Amino acid sequence: MAATVILPTLLRAHADGASSVEAEGATVGEVFQGLIARYPGMAANLIGEDGELHRFVNVYRNDDDIRYLEQLGTPVSDGDEIAILPAVAGGAG
Amino acid sequence: MPAAAAPAPAAPVLRLSLEQYRVIVAHCLDGLPDEACGMLTGPMVGGEPTGEVGGVHPCRNADASARNYTVEPRDLLRAMRTADAAGHEIVGVWHSHTHTAAYPSPTDVRQAVDPAWIYVLVSLRHGEPALRAYRIRDEVITELGVAVA
Repeated sequence: MAATVILPTLLRAHADGASSVEAEGATVGEVFQGLIARYPGMAANLIGEDGELHRFVNVYRNDDDIRYLEQLGTPVSDGDEIAILPAVAGGAG
Repeated sequence: MPAAAAPAPAAPVLRLSLEQYRVIVAHCLDGLPDEACGMLTGPMVGGEPTGEVGGVHPCRNADASARNYTVEPRDLLRAMRTADAAGHEIVGVWHSHTHTAAYPSPTDVRQAVDPAWIYVLVSLRHGEPALRAYRIRDEVITELGVAVA
């Protein structure tokens, strides 16, 4: 299955400046493994030490947060859009 | 409060139209008593914002808190798509401090996600909102100029 992966600005440097890339995989996890094989610099920003999605990253399959689907096991269909979003947060505390 | 480092020569000046400035401040006031947040989109050259702002995108504060904010990811996604369609990128984020100064808090510094971004702080602690802009890189805060015209 070929999906379009939308990259946040922080990850574009690892993909020669591209704002999105095509990647293959039956699940979001497989798509990410393919991405990391091509762009090893992304690994640390995508997957945490526990092998799960990095906690400072949100991933949407089309319009749905994969945390509320099947996380990295979320299935991917041809033409899906996988968006990688940084967790943008802060505050006076 | 630590002093802001002097602006580096290459530091951009944030340039907002009066309309953009009003949208940001109005969104912060509308968000009271909670902190409000939104994204700035515009051109990047060589991975650095030029300071020009193509769009301001009010977002929901997913924390709905007076002390913290998290940009609602769906709103961030919408801003990213809008930016992409215009050939722009996310160049920064704004949020309000309801009772403290327009200066990045330790939380803001710790959670600063992108060293290229412009971090806009709007303080609402006095009657007149105060808007200031910073770059946060390796936990070093650099104040940027702001021009509203």
